Amino acid sequence: MAEIELKDVRKVYGGNIDAIKGVSLQIADGEMIVLVGPSGCGKSTLLRMIAGLESISSGEIVLGGRVINGLEPAERDIAMVFQNYALYPHMTVRQNLSYGLKNRNTPKDEIDRRVAEASKALEIEQFLDRRPRQLSGGQRQRVAMGRAIVRKPAAFLFDEPLSNLDAKLRVQMRVEIRRLQRSLATTSVYVTHDQMEAMTLADRLVVLNAGRIEQVGTPIELYERPASTFVATFIGSPSMNLLKRQLGEGSGWRLSDTAGVANAIETVGIRPEDIVIAEADAPADFLGQVQVDAVELVGAESYVHGSFADGNTIVFRVPGRSQIGIGEMIRIAAGRTSIHMFDAGGKRSA
Amino acid sequence: MQNVVFPNKILPYLLVAPQIVLTLVFFFWPASQALYQSAMREDPFGLRSTFVGFANFSAIFSDPNYLHSLQVTVVFSILTAALAMGTALLLATAADLVVRGRSFYRTFMIIPYAVAPAVAGMLWLFMFNPAMGTFAYLLRRNGVMWDPLLDGNQAMILVVGAAAWKQISYNFLFFVAGLQAIPKSLLEAAAIDGARGSRRFWTIVFPLLAPTTFFLLVVNTVYAFFDTFGIIHAVTGGGPARATETLVYKVYNDGFVNLNLGSSAAQSVVLMVIVIALTAFQFRFVEKKVHYG
Repeated sequence: MAEIELKDVRKVYGGNIDAIKGVSLQIADGEMIVLVGPSGCGKSTLLRMIAGLESISSGEIVLGGRVINGLEPAERDIAMVFQNYALYPHMTVRQNLSYGLKNRNTPKDEIDRRVAEASKALEIEQFLDRRPRQLSGGQRQRVAMGRAIVRKPAAFLFDEPLSNLDAKLRVQMRVEIRRLQRSLATTSVYVTHDQMEAMTLADRLVVLNAGRIEQVGTPIELYERPASTFVATFIGSPSMNLLKRQLGEGSGWRLSDTAGVANAIETVGIRPEDIVIAEADAPADFLGQVQVDAVELVGAESYVHGSFADGNTIVFRVPGRSQIGIGEMIRIAAGRTSIHMFDAGGKRSA
Repeated sequence: MQNVVFPNKILPYLLVAPQIVLTLVFFFWPASQALYQSAMREDPFGLRSTFVGFANFSAIFSDPNYLHSLQVTVVFSILTAALAMGTALLLATAADLVVRGRSFYRTFMIIPYAVAPAVAGMLWLFMFNPAMGTFAYLLRRNGVMWDPLLDGNQAMILVVGAAAWKQISYNFLFFVAGLQAIPKSLLEAAAIDGARGSRRFWTIVFPLLAPTTFFLLVVNTVYAFFDTFGIIHAVTGGGPARATETLVYKVYNDGFVNLNLGSSAAQSVVLMVIVIALTAFQFRFVEKKVHYG
């Protein structure tokens, strides 16, 4: 049981390449934090710094009230689940699970008890005497999880653990990881680039961009009030439409006077699911006229791609199978609460 | 299995012909000659040979010199392979830790492999020559009665040293490649699991190197058995008192020096059987246990 605190943590490679540019973060005991961002944003580096696999250039990492900057990975009381599982191929599942305990001179009966407990929780009891190569991807993933929980560490670190699984298994394991983490109530840091995984797993999400924290908050907070255009487009699928504002007539869309738009607003964001097809001249804070470029049928809903007269493009959702034809002109609308406004720097302003 | 059909009937035969010719000329022909010779006995003047069946074989197996040579070979091979592989592994793990100048260090380590066996032998002979060798001088100054020309054990140490030294760089290359093939995340997982230093080496790294180690074991054994003739010839000439006379050296000595062709041929047939058996045994029984994947 432990809290993790990052205090202005930085990582500099080779003297001049800043991978992590000052990250401060408080992680509460038992919380599941998901670090998310595009590749190269530093999320894995940050995780590996907590694990002790990468050195910390400056700043402090505190785990359970103890500064762990200079400690070896083994002394930090953490466990990590790797992307490629990193199971020891020459050991059986049982040996894989007990290796960390053996190295810490845990008594034999205690090891047996904990291995039995962990393998029961993960339903891998029947595989205990097999080697990793005799297991499927999902089973290996479970063993990797087992190796983490058997040690009862203060914190779990997950480095994109599901990215090697197929889509169906990924959803199943995602639910399982969440259930397991809740029941053990162990502080966890989870790295992923998959925003669906991030949304569903996180107590709080941390969006990283180029070595900096872009925004921290619950998944719903980030979805409803993205702090920047970066977060806005990263969270949600399909991602939020961003319309560049051009002053003057003839853009093909407008915001009502009652919407209270300041002149400093450069970008307007609207999520595809917040746009409706409008009746002629219906009162709305956002009104536009689009020409349909493409229609994607994905089953329960359809996504319509269109473009305005000023060149801005937009995607919106229509329930069911859309009958809209390509090239048609359509009127669309959205309410004030679903309009996000960003200034020239991409920051949210209302 | 897909059947590849060449449009031309003769082309495939032409393509495999060089390989076939080489094997025929340099392996099957001499091997069949050896088989034939091993059943013959030459008269003292080399004018006539008589068929004697297995008499040559029964003669060598009841010859104490031959049995002694067998023993020498086994001791020599085990020592050489162990020394060459052990040292190479030590150097490779050390090289794995080198960050700066890594490629220079590795290239540098390969040089001994480019040295011809006879040259390597001469090098060691000079260094340890009791009359003028630098190392011999150092040894004697430190109270070691160093004289490989008289002491069989010291002669053995010398040829093992020279033979192993030549093979170290080869082994080193393979061990370095083997170490690099171990996924980094495995070592990181082991670090988190609390295994450090020698413990991590023996429980994770060494077992994962097993395929490489096994391959090198085969190569080094065959090397020590067959490719060390030049070194032994240059350093000790099989002496003193046959203390370093391996089976291969004895084949040469009996055949080309003593001109006992029948016995020499029988010995080379035995060697052939040994190497086939050794390789078959290693691949059949050991290889299965060393691959994970």
